[in-house]
Amino acid sequence: MKKSALFAAICVPAFLAAAPLAAKTLVYCSEGSPENFYPGVNTTGTSFDASEQIYNRIVEFERGGTKVNPSLAEKWDVSADGTVYTFHLRKNVKWHSNKNFKPTRNMNADDIVFMFERQWKEDNPYFKVTSPNHSYFSDMGMPKLLKSVEKVDDSTVRVTLNQPEAPFLANLAMMWASVQSKEYADAMLKAGTPEKIDQEPIGTGPFSLVQYQKDAIIRYKAFPEYWAGKAKLDDLVFSITPDASVRWAKLQKGECHVMPYPNPADLEAMKKDTNVQILEQPGLNIGYLAYQTTKKPFDDVRVRKAFNMAMNKKAIVDAVFLGSGVPAKNPIPPSMWSYNDSVKEDEYNPDAAKKLLAEAGYPNGLETDLWAMPVQRPYNPNARRIAELMQADLAKIGVKAEIKSFEWGEYRKRAQAGEHQMAQLGWTGDNGDPDNFLHTLLGCASAQSASGSNIAKWCYKPFDDLVTKAKVTTDQAERTKLYEQAQVIFKEQAPWFTVAHAVQLKPVRKEVVDFKLSPFGRHTFYGVDLKGK
Amino acid sequence: MLRFILTRVSLVIPTFIGITLLAFFLIRLVPGDPIETLAGERGIDPARHEQLRKEYGFDKPVLVQYGIYLGRVLQGDLGKSMITQEPVLSEFSALFPATIELALCAILFALLIGLPAGILAAIRRNSIFDHGVMGISLTGYSMPIFWWGLILILVFSVQLDLTPVSGRIDVLYYIEPVTGFLLIDTLLSDEEGAFWSAVKHLILPTIVLGTVPLAVIARMTRSAMLEVLGEDYIRTAKAKGLSRFRVVALHALRNALIPVVTVIGLQIGVLFTGAILTETIFSWPGVGKWLIDAIFRRDYPVLQGGALLLGVVVMGVNLLVDLTYGLINPRIRHNR
Repeated sequence: MKKSALFAAICVPAFLAAAPLAAKTLVYCSEGSPENFYPGVNTTGTSFDASEQIYNRIVEFERGGTKVNPSLAEKWDVSADGTVYTFHLRKNVKWHSNKNFKPTRNMNADDIVFMFERQWKEDNPYFKVTSPNHSYFSDMGMPKLLKSVEKVDDSTVRVTLNQPEAPFLANLAMMWASVQSKEYADAMLKAGTPEKIDQEPIGTGPFSLVQYQKDAIIRYKAFPEYWAGKAKLDDLVFSITPDASVRWAKLQKGECHVMPYPNPADLEAMKKDTNVQILEQPGLNIGYLAYQTTKKPFDDVRVRKAFNMAMNKKAIVDAVFLGSGVPAKNPIPPSMWSYNDSVKEDEYNPDAAKKLLAEAGYPNGLETDLWAMPVQRPYNPNARRIAELMQADLAKIGVKAEIKSFEWGEYRKRAQAGEHQMAQLGWTGDNGDPDNFLHTLLGCASAQSASGSNIAKWCYKPFDDLVTKAKVTTDQAERTKLYEQAQVIFKEQAPWFTVAHAVQLKPVRKEVVDFKLSPFGRHTFYGVDLKGK
Repeated sequence: MLRFILTRVSLVIPTFIGITLLAFFLIRLVPGDPIETLAGERGIDPARHEQLRKEYGFDKPVLVQYGIYLGRVLQGDLGKSMITQEPVLSEFSALFPATIELALCAILFALLIGLPAGILAAIRRNSIFDHGVMGISLTGYSMPIFWWGLILILVFSVQLDLTPVSGRIDVLYYIEPVTGFLLIDTLLSDEEGAFWSAVKHLILPTIVLGTVPLAVIARMTRSAMLEVLGEDYIRTAKAKGLSRFRVVALHALRNALIPVVTVIGLQIGVLFTGAILTETIFSWPGVGKWLIDAIFRRDYPVLQGGALLLGVVVMGVNLLVDLTYGLINPRIRHNR
């Protein structure tokens, strides 16, 4: 009885009570809970954002860009043949501490070696901790690429590769290569709780983790001994808010300062709000329709070309992206180096398309399938709607396309196995290197593998030679030339109908100073400040 | 009494097995491979896929998997989440207090308004008040929760600035969970204003979650009261010259409460499991949201364990409700 009286008392409406004044606290309304704090096994932006504040990598992308900067390594030498990288580590880099563990030493070569071996060597006691599936490490080809990783002395690490790999440094700047403390790992292993290093993380980054409550809050504190200088913010809070409309309500009220993934429907109201600005940046992504080039009728380049001419790209992008996307003509986004702007877009011309289709032996049109992803992705807000528009356009040249969809996991698996004739998919860049699009999505190696990302199954030697050569060439000017040529071939051969590059939109309150959009979609709060505090 | 409890508890066993069966097999009928989902957008190479299937025991026949699972459950081991690697039980116990806190507040809100409204509507049958209560409760019952929650946020939080938008407490307060019930934890902590912040954060979710039970309770109370008020013993009580209040509060209400208590019991079950939408709108870190995420991620251990634990809680609540009947109405005491 007493208890219910207490509850009754506290459930009646109450009025505003004074909140305590805090130091500079920035609140970010994140969209979900991280899986854990070990980026080596994560694949979602949500998890990467949570870890991004805590850890450093050997090298890192500049804030707001794709340029690779020194981080834990102050400098590095590359052997003439491009296979040996010697990293000279920064000295006096301190680790955070928490209630379980107080570090006794600074960051050193052991930690770097541990980062590699945890993901690489199956006999490492940490290989299976949290998850044995080190997705990005495998995806970036590390198991085959790495020959050895050795500690030369406390502040020098030598990495030897089996063959030269131009994007290697950019790959090391990715989240999977975040460096954890070997000393902490050893201590937790000894205590019988190895998984703790991924749940109560210790890093060298600008913010240390104070508290994490699933589905509620992640609380960070600026690390005063951060090697690059203490952050301008004192506290950083991720207020986990899954619903986009609620995030917007919180931003309006000032309950948070930055929100990701706005509802396109709220954008108008956001633009009118004087307390809010919308930051905008073309994303490093591409949404496309892939033709299964090993199957009839798409093994014939004339059919693919005809299809490309039959679909009205501009109308599709206008109708579906609502101003948050630009039509794509190349497989890489315009903001990426080596983007070839001189490539000529296939013009929208149903009559010419019909003619070309007749030439290819289909004067009466043909029947095919058209797969639409069941989910919304950053590069494609509504695959179903796009499929319907494509279907209508194709009907005009006598093509009957049947729209199909599967559960998302199933969809990817079947598309990777090449079960489709036409399937929509897309890609968000990992490391800012054209190789990550052109070789990963369109190379022969990826077409031949059952789990490869080349769902057009397009293996065209002149193209593959160019991108494979660019992969092992270290001179960027030369690589640019190779990639520019590759884009010309891509357009001629038309393995995809390139749809759009989505634009990243980020509503931010006006008191936030110097928040930079990351081309990779990360949210980084080091360097950000709050006005008037 | 003891015999009744024992009979009831023995009925729990088949229900318990039923829940494990349903939770176990239903999720396996849903298309989607947990390992593919675990691997994420990038996919996974077939060899590693096979290795993981073995490690999780998915390569065994489903019935064998079920047997192993049931064996572990009987030993109190619900397994670990495939995504976070945390034990299911510890994730549940970290999140469940938030759900209970909200559900209790919602049911109290529903009772405090629903009961008096139902009683008054019955006494003043066919009055404007009666029609008003019935009309409003019908509206409340048919309200789409998501829309209702967003409207309340827009009006009370964004426009009028009376309540916070979402969450359980202002982010400026740092409360270390002791009991998990924030209303209690904030009182235990010495952070000034934290308690009121927690109360303010409860208001809107309580209203949203309490709306449907409120409507059900009001309608149920009204019809039960109407039935009782027509009985002979009420006429007798009135004839004895008892005050109107005594007639209604002691003689009529007590008898009318039985069906109402049943409904409340059922509604509590609904609240625990049905808080999913409310939890999503108000970013409330409870078990509803946790289970939904588990479905999307095909996190089998979490789904199985979560459904089981919630089932046990709901069964417990229903048992309590059955026992309460005896307190309200001596005619159905269970030791007879």
